[in-house]
Amino acid sequence: MTIEAKYGVPTVAMHTDKFDRVVRSVAAVNGMAELRQVFVPQPVMGKSARELRAYVDGKDPLTGRPVMQEVIEGLTTPLDGQGVGTIEYDRSTPRLVEADTEENLHRLFMENRWTDYLPIVLPTEERVAAMLAATRRKPDEVVGRMRPTHFREAWEYTVEKVAVNAVMAGARPEYFPVVLALAATGVSARGSTTSSMAAMAVVNGPIRNEIKMNAGTGALAPYNHANATIGRAYGLLSQNLQGGSVPGLTYMGSQGNNYAYNSITFPENEERSPWEPFHVQHGFRPTDSTVSVFGGCRATAYTLGLREKHWREHVRNMLRGMDPHIPPVFVLDPITARQFIDRGGFTKKDALIDWVYENARMTAGEFWDYQLVQNYLYPRATFGEEPWASKLKAAPDEMIQMYKREDIHVVVVGGETNGYWRIMGASYAKTVSVDDWR
Amino acid sequence: MSTSDRITVLNPMGFAPKVLEKPLAPRLSTLDGKTVYLVDCRFDDSDVFLKQMQAWFAEHLPGVRTVFKPISSVYLLDDPTTWEEIKAKGHAAIVGVGH
Repeated sequence: MTIEAKYGVPTVAMHTDKFDRVVRSVAAVNGMAELRQVFVPQPVMGKSARELRAYVDGKDPLTGRPVMQEVIEGLTTPLDGQGVGTIEYDRSTPRLVEADTEENLHRLFMENRWTDYLPIVLPTEERVAAMLAATRRKPDEVVGRMRPTHFREAWEYTVEKVAVNAVMAGARPEYFPVVLALAATGVSARGSTTSSMAAMAVVNGPIRNEIKMNAGTGALAPYNHANATIGRAYGLLSQNLQGGSVPGLTYMGSQGNNYAYNSITFPENEERSPWEPFHVQHGFRPTDSTVSVFGGCRATAYTLGLREKHWREHVRNMLRGMDPHIPPVFVLDPITARQFIDRGGFTKKDALIDWVYENARMTAGEFWDYQLVQNYLYPRATFGEEPWASKLKAAPDEMIQMYKREDIHVVVVGGETNGYWRIMGASYAKTVSVDDWR
Repeated sequence: MSTSDRITVLNPMGFAPKVLEKPLAPRLSTLDGKTVYLVDCRFDDSDVFLKQMQAWFAEHLPGVRTVFKPISSVYLLDDPTTWEEIKAKGHAAIVGVGH
């Protein structure tokens, strides 16, 4: 779109047919509904040169017309008055939904894809007002902007809009500053990627205990009202405030992800952790309340404890099982956190992170052949971006580090019923103050 | 349905930005004698696909000069260097493959 609109070069965009709705929609919301687009069958990935030549020689699966005829016509057929004007479309959102019975409104919310298909609490004016009373911020204050993908336009939202979604999720007013802080990150928990990623949210500081979040037994499971509904609110506000999360249109996750139901939302168990809290590592004081968000959550590796003889090999094996495109977050029960100190002498989180950085390795040949590394890291390497450019110079059988050190993180949570722990593949995005939203 | 059964609730959707329609570039009268850039967005074997398209041009429209051009980095980033080159040296572009 940029090369066509900004540089004035006639362009045809090629896509696979599974993406017809989403790419036409993206072009439209970017003001280029008439962009010339031609489609070939899905997938391109993994097909041989001969098979892809058949795509070129074949027909557009959506129109039934020859692909190359459409390409050439797209570059040479006069525009015929289409897409040459400058028109503004105002897409306002009404504050209220037309009054109706509760039954009909529940149906409407579901049909409009405003829910996660679990029952919601209808956001009446009274309920939203009660939510708004839990912050000093004004209802019409802009909280932020959010979008499901890099290519879509960002939608804007106010404190009141966040409150509406918090009510729908069943959150209590005292949770609202945490929900507002999540909205203020601008990081969507309903990202549209074929990889089906989910978000993760970690709460730190006094707010955890003030609203009775659970950092102990079952913290990552459906056993606490605050954990459950704050996480659900993060998902609902993401899909509604960014303009939707609709499969085939604004959500393209091929398999989907159950983590998305509550975005892996939990507080760090600061009281039982042997290390400084996550938010303190990121420049906040222990007395500050914060929420930290991560993206790209799909992969999980787990084991029980750290064995005396082979714990290093076991942890390396877990790391080798992760896709190297997304870095590891060690989610440790307090028992295992202390075991890392006993076994490895990691008296600080940073020491453990150093060890992970040094030990998460694979051969350069294997690393660069991962599809996601090819898609997202190899181009950066060829453009000279470090550390990838240096790693690209390694011999195929040379063992190279899989991750950047600053991308590796450690969080402590759990009730010490045993030493089970896991590694989440997750990319840290940011930490936001909850206190700013009280 | 009586009026008393009806309740009023708030709309949960955010606010969409205004859309400003952008004009498309004028189309070419012919591709013959022109330079067409085949822009590889470096995604899931799109390079293999575009090289097959380049071969098609060589066989069927030899009067068209094609340039295979991978973008400088990942598709998530703007690439003004490549766009400037195409603007300066090319007449048209085919960008692919977006999945």
